[in-house]
Amino acid sequence: MLKSTAKLDDRSISLRQDLVRLLASCRRGHVGSAASVMEILRVLYDEKLRYDSSNPAWPQRDRFLLSKGHGCYALYLFLAEKGFIPQDELLRVCTAEGILAGHPEHHIPGVEFSTGSLGHGLPVAVGLALSACLRQQSHHVYVLVGDGECNEGTVWEAALCANKHGLSNLTVLIDYNKMQCFSTTTEVLDLEPLTDKWRAFGFAVREVDGHDAGALSRVLAEVPFGVNQPSALICHTVKGRGFRSMENNPMWHHKNGLADADIEMLYKELETEA
Amino acid sequence: MRRACLAQVLELARRDSRVIFIGSDITRSGAVAAFASEMPDRFFMEGVSEGNIIGMAAGLALDGHIAYFNTIATFLTRRSYEQIAIDLCLHELKVRIIGSGGGTVYAPLGPTHLAIEDLALMRALPGMTVLAPADADEMCRLMPETLDWPGPIYIRLAKGGDPIVTQGIEGFTIGKSYELRPGKDGLFVTTGVTLQSALEASSQLERSGLSVGVLHMPTLKPFDRAGLLERAAGVGAIVSAEEHVPSGGLGSAVAESLAEGFGGQRAPAFLRASLPDRFHRRYQSQADLMATSGLDAAGLERQMKALLSAETVAIVDHNTVKERT
Repeated sequence: MLKSTAKLDDRSISLRQDLVRLLASCRRGHVGSAASVMEILRVLYDEKLRYDSSNPAWPQRDRFLLSKGHGCYALYLFLAEKGFIPQDELLRVCTAEGILAGHPEHHIPGVEFSTGSLGHGLPVAVGLALSACLRQQSHHVYVLVGDGECNEGTVWEAALCANKHGLSNLTVLIDYNKMQCFSTTTEVLDLEPLTDKWRAFGFAVREVDGHDAGALSRVLAEVPFGVNQPSALICHTVKGRGFRSMENNPMWHHKNGLADADIEMLYKELETEA
Repeated sequence: MRRACLAQVLELARRDSRVIFIGSDITRSGAVAAFASEMPDRFFMEGVSEGNIIGMAAGLALDGHIAYFNTIATFLTRRSYEQIAIDLCLHELKVRIIGSGGGTVYAPLGPTHLAIEDLALMRALPGMTVLAPADADEMCRLMPETLDWPGPIYIRLAKGGDPIVTQGIEGFTIGKSYELRPGKDGLFVTTGVTLQSALEASSQLERSGLSVGVLHMPTLKPFDRAGLLERAAGVGAIVSAEEHVPSGGLGSAVAESLAEGFGGQRAPAFLRASLPDRFHRRYQSQADLMATSGLDAAGLERQMKALLSAETVAIVDHNTVKERT
């Protein structure tokens, strides 16, 4: 099985410093998941998605759904960087004054759909992709799901449905870090052989090192991967990537009450990555 | 009623290209078959996957479509409850979910198919509109109003072939109650097909010298509290009648309105006529379950008489009240 071996480049380090800055403000959240999806979102927002942050409802925009809504701190960084939301919102996460919660809400500019409960994003993405077909629109629908999320039956119901309709305008990205809240995906509910599963459900499947921005860029340039069939990109990632104490550590799935010492430790661990 | 409802969906789709029909795995007949052949691009039969279908409908509605999704009421409301709450209600989307076999319609098929708490489930959801018409005529008046109504709607279907009892009503306004018969002594409050039993019970009571009105509430949410309180003032007893468990449906809505709406004044005596708070083990027919639950005309007449003569104890045990009254 492909393993992520990519070294983090300066931009990826910088993004994680922004993540720690956000954490230093709100002191809680699904940190490991945010680090896991960082490069996937980076390549989507830097290169792949068509959007207009001054007009988030632009009809021709590509649709992106973060179905694993608990990875939203990474998403918030890009929404701020690309101008959907003010930068200072990143310092008001989970406060009475802020617009950003511990899961992304659809009233946030740039967020298509509220997520947080797992297994919702892919069915909604199927509806969006069908709608684009009905209206003969050319935009693409991307949905990022977690590996733990693939425990949900609705993911596979929606996969059947996407295949039935030959939705080549739909790409599902799987954040395959092989960890979930309790333990490894192998121990909790094994997904293997995951590539074969998506292929058997009718998807054109590729695999990639999910922390290798160059590789992500190259493979996403080839979307759609097949003809008249939906695409699936299995992104091999590391939960908590970039933070030694967090990597593959389920205790960092969600954290409360982060102390100053924790924040300092995270900054220092990033220095060793640089 | 289902036939009338789906024929209306077909008509709405013919004149409005935003309308989409989705089924799970339902019979190809009548309007369903016509829709499939006339507008195949807007017709979806997506298999026994209710959770996915709600999400898919949400995706279509996010993009401006108006989706009508029909399947059996229990599978719709129980199986995909979270999808309805999050995908539809939280996002205030124009998806109309049409539950076939509301109440005890599928009595011979057993409790997996009896939607006896669907109204409570749907009524509890923020932003959900809940409709339970009494007959096919009312369904025909109601459906055009669903097209541009903001937010999701749950429509409860009855058996089909039910007697037409709403001839006197013109038009349909979502959120409005309809007084089919005025009364001085008592008031039946109904939703869905219990209107038939209540009208008959009212006629029988009239022969006994009792003037009992009938207020029909085809919209359970938003609830026409003002309409109810206006008719409730001055009567001695109110019996709500619903093909539903005692909790969370029409009876609860009426009780809440009476408790909060009388401003410290003594409210009329009140009884919830309902299905018992248990799953059924009788498999004969809807009529049988309605009668044994006291929801036929004779049962409603009995309960109204008991309430008017103060024979019923203050706290009613819904597991045993049918036997007692």
